Amino acid sequence: MIEIKNLHASIDANGETKEILKGINLSVKAGEVHAIMGPNGSGKSTLSKIIAGHPAFNVTEGSITFKINAKDRNLFELEADERAKSGIFLGFQYPVEIPGVTNFTFLHEAFNETCKFNGAPEMNASDFRKFLAPKLELLEMNESFLDRPVNTGFSGGEKKKNEILQMAVLNPRLALLDETDSGLDIDALKIVAKGVNALKSRYNATILVTHYQRLLDYIVPDHVHVLYQGQIIRSGGKELAFELEEKGYEWVIKEFEEKNLTRS
Amino acid sequence: MSTDILNSEYKYGFFTEIETEVFPKGLSEEIVRMISAKKNEPEWLLDYRLKAFRHWKTLKHPKWAKLNIPDIDYEDLYYYSAPKKKITPAGSLDEIDPELLATFAKLGIPLNEQKRISGVAVDAVFDSVSVATTHKVELEKVGVIFCSISEAVKERPELVKKYLGTVVPYSDNFYAALNAAVFSDGSFVYIPKGVKCPLDLSTYFRINAKETGQFERTLIIAEDNSFVNYLEGCTAPQRDENQLHAAIVELIAHDNAEIKYSTVQNWYAGDKKGIGGIYNFVTKRGNCLGVNSKISWTQVEAGSAITWKYPSCNLIGDGSEGAFYSVALTNNFMQADTGTKMVHIGKNTKSTIISKGISAEQSENNYRGLVKIMPSASGARNYSQCDSMLIGDKAQANTFPYIDVKNNTAVVEHEASTSKISEEQLFYLKSRGLSEEKCISMIVNGFCKDVFKELPLEFSVEAVKLIEMKLENSIG
Repeated sequence: MIEIKNLHASIDANGETKEILKGINLSVKAGEVHAIMGPNGSGKSTLSKIIAGHPAFNVTEGSITFKINAKDRNLFELEADERAKSGIFLGFQYPVEIPGVTNFTFLHEAFNETCKFNGAPEMNASDFRKFLAPKLELLEMNESFLDRPVNTGFSGGEKKKNEILQMAVLNPRLALLDETDSGLDIDALKIVAKGVNALKSRYNATILVTHYQRLLDYIVPDHVHVLYQGQIIRSGGKELAFELEEKGYEWVIKEFEEKNLTRS
Repeated sequence: MSTDILNSEYKYGFFTEIETEVFPKGLSEEIVRMISAKKNEPEWLLDYRLKAFRHWKTLKHPKWAKLNIPDIDYEDLYYYSAPKKKITPAGSLDEIDPELLATFAKLGIPLNEQKRISGVAVDAVFDSVSVATTHKVELEKVGVIFCSISEAVKERPELVKKYLGTVVPYSDNFYAALNAAVFSDGSFVYIPKGVKCPLDLSTYFRINAKETGQFERTLIIAEDNSFVNYLEGCTAPQRDENQLHAAIVELIAHDNAEIKYSTVQNWYAGDKKGIGGIYNFVTKRGNCLGVNSKISWTQVEAGSAITWKYPSCNLIGDGSEGAFYSVALTNNFMQADTGTKMVHIGKNTKSTIISKGISAEQSENNYRGLVKIMPSASGARNYSQCDSMLIGDKAQANTFPYIDVKNNTAVVEHEASTSKISEEQLFYLKSRGLSEEKCISMIVNGFCKDVFKELPLEFSVEAVKLIEMKLENSIG
């Protein structure tokens, strides 16, 4: 579904160019759940933002292809909104507040724009409200959520649930969930995980970006990758996550550095 | 024939070819007398005009606003231009030039009986004169007078004489003096005691003729326990020359009366390079004369090359309330210096100010407001909120709040903020499948929500569309 090859990316900050990703290779197929783990500052969030089309990063090398209508498309040719409408969803680590715009209006517009783009019929407001009801229920959200301004004054947990609600509405083929577990208490985490699991199918894929193993108790990954200093330094099955939980990242990093030393 | 100038951004930029009567260019006592004579005005009104004119000659163009106003040659303007065909008396539209009817229909303001907008009575002002007023008969049944001010001078001179210039004296400012000297038409509204006006009243101002100033004057009087909802819209052809619009609006609310005055201003704003556009120099003020009277100004200022406008309230009656809700959008090279004055005189008076300024491209958008609590105004309360939003890196926004409190029982609150549409907000919305333009219009509409909700529904829909249209080509 998505193929990332030798991806290098940098960001310009304070007049300096800082390389963040240094040759990422990753392939995700429909029906799979991948977890990308790694210490802070390893480039996890950057990777998901680049896939979604954040304009702040410069891709200096490499490629990302994404299957759209059974064809491999160069993702860099698409704007962020086109990527979204083509089935890529980014669940934000820090969802952004949009004062004065109700959640309902926002969801409704986003849904209809996506329908329009894909040649599907749009939905009027009252049908859309009905369409939302079971999704709200799944995430144990009150209907009053819809009439509040987007993320404005939401608690951390509410914001994260709201991200999953958007995901449920847009029904993406590839969901990138960036630190969706951060700031959640255990009850909220369970609800969010329940939502994500309910949306899984053999047609879509999920990439979980997380610092801790905690989330992976509830959303079980097929593949786990460790990102360190802009590179995937180790990949494995779900057992790798448990190993990391037990031993921390140091041993993987150490092994990686030793390997590098012997190479040079 | 109406000729369409190809223009996707400003769809009201067309010009109507029509036979007109025009007075010679320039401003003199002679022209003032001609305007007055044309309208068969009584002596007192001519005197008033002449006094205003003589006063205006002593005045200099005000410089205090944060605006860059090019010199205006007042000798190079026409002060009177009117369609030649006879203007009809009340009721019949038969004698109106069909081109005029077509023009207003094209602007979305059908005037004929079959097509006119239900629930809204319209006074249509074309250049210097009012050409038609709809629904007059219906309104007369309940005693509401809604007509052009010229007609009111003839039909109800005692009312006009009693109130004209009492809220905005001709000596108030440069443009007020100019208007008082040469005003050619405008709307007049009288709501008798205890009447809740059954229709919304609306004036549509259209500038058409070249090199012509529009100087209209609106006077609204609401007697005890009455209510009126008044709406105002404005458009003009797209031209390379600037044109002057200097209006006065006076509102008077007696005991327990309420006047809601809403404006959607969409004068031609000039092109992308800042060529052309209307200079909109307007004095609007209301007197809350009676106890518990209420006046609210709601404005969406989206057009004009330069806007200089401060709809204000004098809160004279005890317990009276004034409100100012404003969205001012500037784009390209537009400049706006707009805000309000709330002068608290009576006891327990209350005022609310909500101002939202949005500036894009190289435009400049200033809020200027005064809250003044006089010594007599015990228990006065004011709440002001002034928010600015910048789009892009070149636009400017400034806030100039003046607070002058002379009674220590007053409670005055002021909040201000300046924000930029952040890259994060844009990316967040885009990552949900919304195009950049949609994202910006969504963020801007959210920002303006507190003002839009004060507008009557059909105006609010129009305002949202207008803001979207104005921002359409300013992004990316």
